[in-house]
Amino acid sequence: MKIGILAFQGGVIEHINVTKKATQILSINCKVIPVKYKGQFSDLDGLIIPGGESTVLHKLCEREGIFDEIKKVKNIFGTCAGAIMLAKNVNQGLPDQKTLELMDIELARNAYGPQTESFEQDVETKLGKFHAIFIRAPKITKIGKNIEVLAKNNKEIIACEEIGDRYYLATSFHPELTTTKFHERFLLKCKD
Amino acid sequence: MEKGTFTVKSGLAQMLKGGVIMDVTNASQAAIAEKAGAVAVMALERVPADIRAQGGVARMSDPLMIKEIQKTVTIPIMAKCRIGHFVEAQILEAIGIDYIDESEVLTPADPDSHVDKKKFKVPFVCGARNLGEALRRINEGAAMIRTKGEAGTGNIVEAVRHIKTISLEIENLKNINKNGNKNSNSFESLVREYRVPNALIEQVAKLGRLPVVNFAAGGIATPADAALCMQLGCDGVFVGSGIFKSSDPTKMATAIVNAVAHFDDPKTLAKISEGLGDAMKGLEIATLNTKMAERGI
Repeated sequence: MKIGILAFQGGVIEHINVTKKATQILSINCKVIPVKYKGQFSDLDGLIIPGGESTVLHKLCEREGIFDEIKKVKNIFGTCAGAIMLAKNVNQGLPDQKTLELMDIELARNAYGPQTESFEQDVETKLGKFHAIFIRAPKITKIGKNIEVLAKNNKEIIACEEIGDRYYLATSFHPELTTTKFHERFLLKCKD
Repeated sequence: MEKGTFTVKSGLAQMLKGGVIMDVTNASQAAIAEKAGAVAVMALERVPADIRAQGGVARMSDPLMIKEIQKTVTIPIMAKCRIGHFVEAQILEAIGIDYIDESEVLTPADPDSHVDKKKFKVPFVCGARNLGEALRRINEGAAMIRTKGEAGTGNIVEAVRHIKTISLEIENLKNINKNGNKNSNSFESLVREYRVPNALIEQVAKLGRLPVVNFAAGGIATPADAALCMQLGCDGVFVGSGIFKSSDPTKMATAIVNAVAHFDDPKTLAKISEGLGDAMKGLEIATLNTKMAERGI
């Protein structure tokens, strides 16, 4: 298998390390590579879009002309800004901000306020109980009928997935900083 | 729910990696920076080149100006406080700044001490010329480090000096660790020399890098300068005067963002560097009256 990590900006090395750890835990033979150029996406079994600034990710993908190639990747996992990139709709973005519009979810960008409102806390998820880090996090404000909720924090959806011909996984927090479980789930779905 | 923890503070710096943080002095410059793909903006009253040229005491920016910028852009907003001026830091935290730069570019307020950064919920970035300075700032609670370089000069030589010094000193720590004599005199003497706890030095020796994100700053004026810092191992770059003192700020800002994204690809860098107009004029280090890097060590 081959998993790409979109490597322009943000938590790239964190995702590479945790994905490699997840492949070891699952004993899956899998290459994990940073990707950012045209032609690097067609043979990927899955792509992970890290957190960072969604406005920057959008601009760099557009300047590189890789939007359409990314859209063709069968399985995609986005954390924080990566989840914004996956979403059909985004609020509080820039007027010209584009997303991949792949996953039937709506997000509000930077929905908790300035950095002093960023937080960490334990959360219950369908994949177990974890410590979760929220950094200038978005909120998942609407989900389509094919979206399965994996975790909530109070009333807010913080992780969800779309299973169909393609598999999409989105979290508003940063699992790559505290757990391998979401990466393990993604790898298993890519393997199916 | 815990806010203002070190994990959350250093976490934002982790998410800025591979990005360009641009100095801006008003809302319209901030909009240009965001449009060009800046990962954050640094709000300040005068860019370092103007502080050098005009002289006088350089202080924290007017909160009203910062608020205008907050209304204009959606990316994180940083602002500078004077070294040791914990009340300027309190004011910046109160208006919801995302990161504070306790900066040698402003005139220092305390001749002996930096701000006790652990008392704040808002994270701090601090400048460093060498490993000792970097570790002292981290020990005080800084969640991100940048080289000092020599701000407002458009001259990359000091930033390169600081990046290489820190790398060499970390290499030295790694060797001490590898040779298994970390409890010997060499570690103890470093504890005294750096004036930080042994545990922090051991952590760096084990990691083989600083325990927080490390950006380049001070003198970056071209896309090639930015890529040079990235190839030397920095996690991202700050550009101060280099953008809005160039002849075409929009072009220069976009080019530097693209250069950091493609820092290891000379062919792309060549294309990015074409036809940008004039970079900021710049200054020889030997001609400077004030070396900002020597403040707050």
